[in-house]
Amino acid sequence: MPLTQHATSENPPTNDESLPLASDAPLIVIEPSRGWVPIRLRELWEYRELLYFLTWRDIKVRYKQTVLGAAWAIIQPFFTMVVFSLFFGSLANMPSDGIPYPIFSYAALVPWTFFAHGLSQSSNSLVGSANLIRKVYFPRLVVPIASVVSGVVDFVLAFVVLLGMMLYFGIVPTANVIWLPLLLLLSFVTAMGVGLWLSAMNVQFRDVRYAVPFLTQFWLFATPIAYSSSLLPQPWRTLYGLNPMVGVVEGFRWALLGTETAPGPVIIVSALVAVGLMVSGAFYFRRVEKTFADVV
Amino acid sequence: MSESVIRVQNLSKRYHLGASRRRHDTLRDQLADAFLSPFRQPKRNRRRNHSDAQPNVLWALKDVSFEVKRGEVVGIIGRNGAGKTTLLKVLSRITEPTKGRAEIRGRVGSLLEVGTGFHRELTGRENIFLNGAILGMKRAEIAYKFDEIVAFSEVEKLLDTPMKHYSTGMYVRLAFAVAAHLDPEILLVDEVLAVGDAAFQKKCLGKMGEVARRGRTVLFVSHNLGQIKRLCSRGLWLSEGMCLCDAPVDDAVVAYQSSLAKSWSSPATSTVDAAKAEPGFISWGIVSSPGVESHVIHQDGPFTLKILLRIEKPVRRGYHRLLLRTADGTDVADWSLGNLSLSRGIYEILYDLPGLPVHPGIYRWFVTLWDGGKKVDLKHLYPELIVATQEYSGPKGIINMPCDIHIKALPERNR
Repeated sequence: MPLTQHATSENPPTNDESLPLASDAPLIVIEPSRGWVPIRLRELWEYRELLYFLTWRDIKVRYKQTVLGAAWAIIQPFFTMVVFSLFFGSLANMPSDGIPYPIFSYAALVPWTFFAHGLSQSSNSLVGSANLIRKVYFPRLVVPIASVVSGVVDFVLAFVVLLGMMLYFGIVPTANVIWLPLLLLLSFVTAMGVGLWLSAMNVQFRDVRYAVPFLTQFWLFATPIAYSSSLLPQPWRTLYGLNPMVGVVEGFRWALLGTETAPGPVIIVSALVAVGLMVSGAFYFRRVEKTFADVV
Repeated sequence: MSESVIRVQNLSKRYHLGASRRRHDTLRDQLADAFLSPFRQPKRNRRRNHSDAQPNVLWALKDVSFEVKRGEVVGIIGRNGAGKTTLLKVLSRITEPTKGRAEIRGRVGSLLEVGTGFHRELTGRENIFLNGAILGMKRAEIAYKFDEIVAFSEVEKLLDTPMKHYSTGMYVRLAFAVAAHLDPEILLVDEVLAVGDAAFQKKCLGKMGEVARRGRTVLFVSHNLGQIKRLCSRGLWLSEGMCLCDAPVDDAVVAYQSSLAKSWSSPATSTVDAAKAEPGFISWGIVSSPGVESHVIHQDGPFTLKILLRIEKPVRRGYHRLLLRTADGTDVADWSLGNLSLSRGIYEILYDLPGLPVHPGIYRWFVTLWDGGKKVDLKHLYPELIVATQEYSGPKGIINMPCDIHIKALPERNR
């Protein structure tokens, strides 16, 4: 049997003209990893173009072959608002902090829809990209991130309708609207955090796919969308902020509609929880990531 | 002497087979373990060692070590399941090794498949960018090479049509066009050339050769030993996860072929217990003299191919077909037999052939059996057929036959 041992070069690496690729090329070390691994944000940054393309693909493909197209981005929160207004607003006479009930609930539904979509899209994102994960290397975090980011377009569309409704109801936004981007970021971070946990679990336990619709449904009612958190006395209201979407939703109303629910301690609690979710989610994700290609 | 760009040391990869492949049976266990593991390493390790002893563990790679110098083109050969793709997957960081270490210096591009990430709803133009980005190209780089990619793919006319309207051939062309323009310092290629028509394959091979000549380092997996010989300078033969031979490509190919010939010259089909086999095609062999079967054709001239078939449910309007394929999927020959009526039992199908004038190499039998419109069985038969006859003609073309060529001057009046 010709068992030839490949001779190892005794010569030190040279750097002459015939080697255009100098040894400054990045050294990749492939080793089994143990336990918790770093998130490697820098590598994620290097793959930002892939993030861009995956986001762009999600946006382009989302409403392909639908009759109503991007109108779905508006229809979903809008008709939820109509239903809520009928049942909670008119029938149950739910208090709405002195704001017309339709706009009261819609202002909450816009960030909520962004969150709920981001959550469910990202939870299924890894399994949906199984073919990529099995065949190509890239930081896997890109996949759930792209699916949450792509929801921003839907958010913008629904938000335009919100502005139209404010015009209709004659509501002038307060100066606090400058905080809106931060509030959107907060709901992004929350969706991302939960999405990271669930997408990574989903690779191995497909139960997640069935649990997510339940989760979002429960979460919807655990968030002051159909009602106001002013129903709760302090200190419970601050504690309520443990649900990060409470901070987001009440923040939106406060910034746009001028409700009394100024996000003081609530938003701090919400932000801490959201960041905690995202950081822990990212670490959990990275920890189980190595098995993705073998299990998905 | 140039420096090593790939250094692989004792690389091993273990897979768990079957249902009990996970250490954790429930989500709760998994969560608990994720949180508690820093505090109980010893226990985990004990469990790990325990699982090593179980039969449902497969070492896809076992202590593989080698180095590749800049500019080398290395062909990786071996039978199915030898660990070739796993090696590429580990080196391209798609999956982690279980043990060992590898170091790679330079930008790695891997082609385990062409057209990864193509989306059927997007147009060809959009997919070029998407696929390019997925393979690791920068947007500017794709834009720069865009025209070249389109020209290579020969699908200019459909560039703005969603890919769902593409034929398979066009799909593959576009996929390969993008892949062929991937220009990393180190290229890892799995059997991706096994697609597309012969002319296009040739074009792709040309493109790959060009890449290799430009001083790129290439690791190339293929079942087509001819391709390996043509493109590579060095061969790495893997068998059952181990590297059995690392030598100049001709030596490695010979070593591989002779091992195949040896292991398959022994009586082959008799080892299969036909009565216990799954329904459908069971096994095959070349019958040279009574009782002796092999999977290798050593000489020109007539031989008999025997295929064993097990029928569970009676077949009324059976239609059987046999295709001979090259390792890269091109059909070489096609025989069929219709109007079969078969009751339950085991059958022997005998093909008497006057010889198989094809180039030496690895081929596969693809067999089908249909009952009316219903599929009974359809598969590639393993092991592969090895044709180890003499090579008479050049590597171009499909047929390999001895030919006496004469040349003589004709008398003046016959002109």
